[in-house]
Amino acid sequence: MFEFPDKTIERSVVELNKSDFVSDQMVKWCPGCGAHAILASIANVFPKIGYRKENFMMVSGIGCSSRFPYYVNTYGFHGIHGRANAIASGVKIANPNLSVWIATGDGDSMAIGGNHFIHIIRRNIDVNIVLFNNQIYGLTKGQYSPTTPMGSVTKTSPQGTIEHPFNPGELVLGAQGTFFARAVDTNVKLMTEVMFEAARHDGTSVIEILQNCIIFADKTHEAITDKEVRDDAQIHLKNGEPLIFGKNRDKGIRLKGSQLEIVTLGENGITEDDLLVHDQYQQDPGVHLMIAKMYPPHFPVALGIIRSAMYPTYDDLVEAQIAKAQHMSKILCVDDLLNSGDTWEIK
Amino acid sequence: MSDQTNFIEKEDVVVKFCGDSGDGMQLAGTLFSDAAALLGLDLATFPDYPAEIRAPHNTIAGVSGFQVHVGRKKIETSGDFVDILVAMNPASLKSNLKWTRPGATIIVDADSFDEATCKKAGYITNPLEDDSLEGYNLVKAPVTMLTRNALQALGIDNKTADRTRNVFTLGIIYHIFSWKLDTTVNYFKTKFKKKPEMIEANKLVLETGYSYADTVETLGSSYHIAKAKMPAGRYRNITGNVATAWGFLAAAERSGRPLFLGSYPITPATEILIELVKHKSLGAKVFQAEDEIAGICSAIGASYTGSLALTSTSGPGLSLKSEAIGLAVMTELPLVIVNVQRGGPSTGLPTKSEQSDLMQALFGRNGEAPCVVIAASTPADCFNYAYESAKIALEHMTPVILLTDGSLGNGSQLFRIPKVADLPSITPPLAEPNDKDYKPYKRDPETLVRKWAIPGTEGLRHRIGGLEKENGSGNVSTDPANHQLMTDLREAKVQKVADFIPEQGIVGDKKGDVLVVSWGGTRGTTEAAVEELQKQGKKISLAHFHHIMPLPKNTHEVLAGFKKIIVCELNSGQFVNYLRMKEPDFKYLQYNKVMGLPFTVTELVARFNEMF
Repeated sequence: MFEFPDKTIERSVVELNKSDFVSDQMVKWCPGCGAHAILASIANVFPKIGYRKENFMMVSGIGCSSRFPYYVNTYGFHGIHGRANAIASGVKIANPNLSVWIATGDGDSMAIGGNHFIHIIRRNIDVNIVLFNNQIYGLTKGQYSPTTPMGSVTKTSPQGTIEHPFNPGELVLGAQGTFFARAVDTNVKLMTEVMFEAARHDGTSVIEILQNCIIFADKTHEAITDKEVRDDAQIHLKNGEPLIFGKNRDKGIRLKGSQLEIVTLGENGITEDDLLVHDQYQQDPGVHLMIAKMYPPHFPVALGIIRSAMYPTYDDLVEAQIAKAQHMSKILCVDDLLNSGDTWEIK
Repeated sequence: MSDQTNFIEKEDVVVKFCGDSGDGMQLAGTLFSDAAALLGLDLATFPDYPAEIRAPHNTIAGVSGFQVHVGRKKIETSGDFVDILVAMNPASLKSNLKWTRPGATIIVDADSFDEATCKKAGYITNPLEDDSLEGYNLVKAPVTMLTRNALQALGIDNKTADRTRNVFTLGIIYHIFSWKLDTTVNYFKTKFKKKPEMIEANKLVLETGYSYADTVETLGSSYHIAKAKMPAGRYRNITGNVATAWGFLAAAERSGRPLFLGSYPITPATEILIELVKHKSLGAKVFQAEDEIAGICSAIGASYTGSLALTSTSGPGLSLKSEAIGLAVMTELPLVIVNVQRGGPSTGLPTKSEQSDLMQALFGRNGEAPCVVIAASTPADCFNYAYESAKIALEHMTPVILLTDGSLGNGSQLFRIPKVADLPSITPPLAEPNDKDYKPYKRDPETLVRKWAIPGTEGLRHRIGGLEKENGSGNVSTDPANHQLMTDLREAKVQKVADFIPEQGIVGDKKGDVLVVSWGGTRGTTEAAVEELQKQGKKISLAHFHHIMPLPKNTHEVLAGFKKIIVCELNSGQFVNYLRMKEPDFKYLQYNKVMGLPFTVTELVARFNEMF
């Protein structure tokens, strides 16, 4: 699995390990918070990605998730609420030789920073967005967020929320996202895998982590992560393989007409050949959108890489335009510019 | 009338082209000023256009104007009153007559003055037919008809022909000055390279206008303006917004830091974005962000990454950027925020100029968030102050707000071209790789400036952000004593910039009866007014401020030399109140105007005269 394509980012000449990325700061998340596992996954994956440790850059906004840069020993920038994606856009455009990672939450990127989130995705800037989706505002102590399920009772919705929640995957694909993956915070192995694939992807990679907030939204993802139900409530996507899930691996998803449906293998003559085969690389996002939208109770939630399509990145196009301009233009220094066009001498 | 007779030698002349937006008045004015510049005249221009791209035809709301002041003397403003007015329709005549000097030449397109257009402009009777324009030298030129007739020969339809009416009037003006047509014809040749028929058409219309003027008895005198006496050097015509953009490009080259602009289009600042994006060959990275906030935040990201980072905006955009400016203050990163001020509050008067964002620039942030504030004063010196803003930001690791305004940004002036090598050096405090002593908030003991550790550099990984940091280590800190220390340090660091800026200059004697104080874009008018009174023997001087935060170190001394101080600004008194806070030993009088218009020299002279 761990094979890496060429990118312009300089690679480390020595082998790195977890300890290279441990910061000296005390981690101040609540005990039992899902963020700890996300941090562990990052510590796993950075050495595997293998860039020089000085070429990693973490950017965040505000919220529990956004304390992340302090806990990883990289260059790091802790921004202001909602602006992580805008700050990171500037970082990556200014220096495309950095591996840029954004730690953000459902408040930071879905609410106050929603605009920057859709636009960084639309531009396909080559960054990796780790979206901690705990469906609640944790740092401000328990108000509903744009991903809180409708009807949830929170501090600002004592009678239950009356807002339709965002499904981040739908938003990503609606914004013409080229990479979307989903993982749960209880599965470090899967998080590490999808983070690695995100790093490999050229363009904006969004990884939604279904994260538990033990204090303000405990068990918010229970219907997906609970041991009793998870085999039936989760489907792990593998590129080129049919969509099969269930405790007995006997359930599958097939495309019927324009909709997905759950079928049981062996019933009514259904075999694996009837099932939808996952193609994460396909350009058309139609099926990816259907997969991203699957949610209990009617469907299992899809985990792993839903979409990873090849499109030019904004930062590559910026560099190409500069190279072209430098090749074509007669103005190669500011003195050239100052003396270009109509000028005249006064003696 | 013959070219040889009736020449009037002039020191300066103010010409204004006005018509419907869409009549090409901005272009006519620009072409006229380019021709004047190439003839060696000094000049200043002032465009005056509506916010609407195409407001309803023939209404006052739709009037677009372009004023050009040319002369052999030093031209400091675009001129109070117009000597030659070109009015393409009744609405433009009506809205500009009050700025037209008695006895001025008014050239109208007589074909556009009918009952309907006059009524739309609010005239009860046709002003060309009643006696309301007595006292002016009125030239009723059938511009539309003559233009159409001229182009009929080339088989050009009336609709296309009407788009060259501006060029016809330009021909008339060139005749008045006895100028050759070649500069403008050359422009057509470049502009219409792919449409050779339009080169021919425009040239023909220009010549037709010129010939028409030759036949008109009423045109009166012909003007002659000798070449201006300007310091030797190579010159060009430049607008304030372009000069601002170029000042940044020069600073990027001189500092060796790549230029990054994150910006969102907003009138009247957009031209800075448009200009910088043209210069990718100089390595400029220009990011048209999704909003004002993303504009500045992307610039902050680029700044952390080692760029000369910029964001350009106008008043409402500055409001949106407030929180992020605080972030740049907290992270002590170099950043220049250009605010091309316009009339406020809210959307206000987008195309009109004002100086009413000073308080916002100084204080418009949460917490105690000092940053450097600098103001440019002429279209051409926008170059120097953009350069200096970048230098201060980079060397002092601080956000700098550069204030210009709509008049400066869109106005143009002659610019003596510098050599980049002659500009002051810029040396950002970069941290060396593997510097064992590097700490994010370890400061230079003299300047209090922290080092800039660029991502990618070996051995300098660190984290900074908007939370209060411990001085030195840069660790997050809520320690009360540390917060007091950091608050004091941030202020002191900005105040120390005063050691690196020029002393405040005075136009006139250092002692006297009256000191006029102004700042930013009003310099042309305040200087002209003060000089006029000085010629009359009055003991009056001018202190025009470019450095506002911090103030120059000799500010107190400058203010102390005069019996009376009057602070003039295009707001309700923002700089004067700042001075009352910073220099409380003096009594300040004030003169303010908030009409979306510049001061006139006439009104300032009148006001200053009352003080003696």
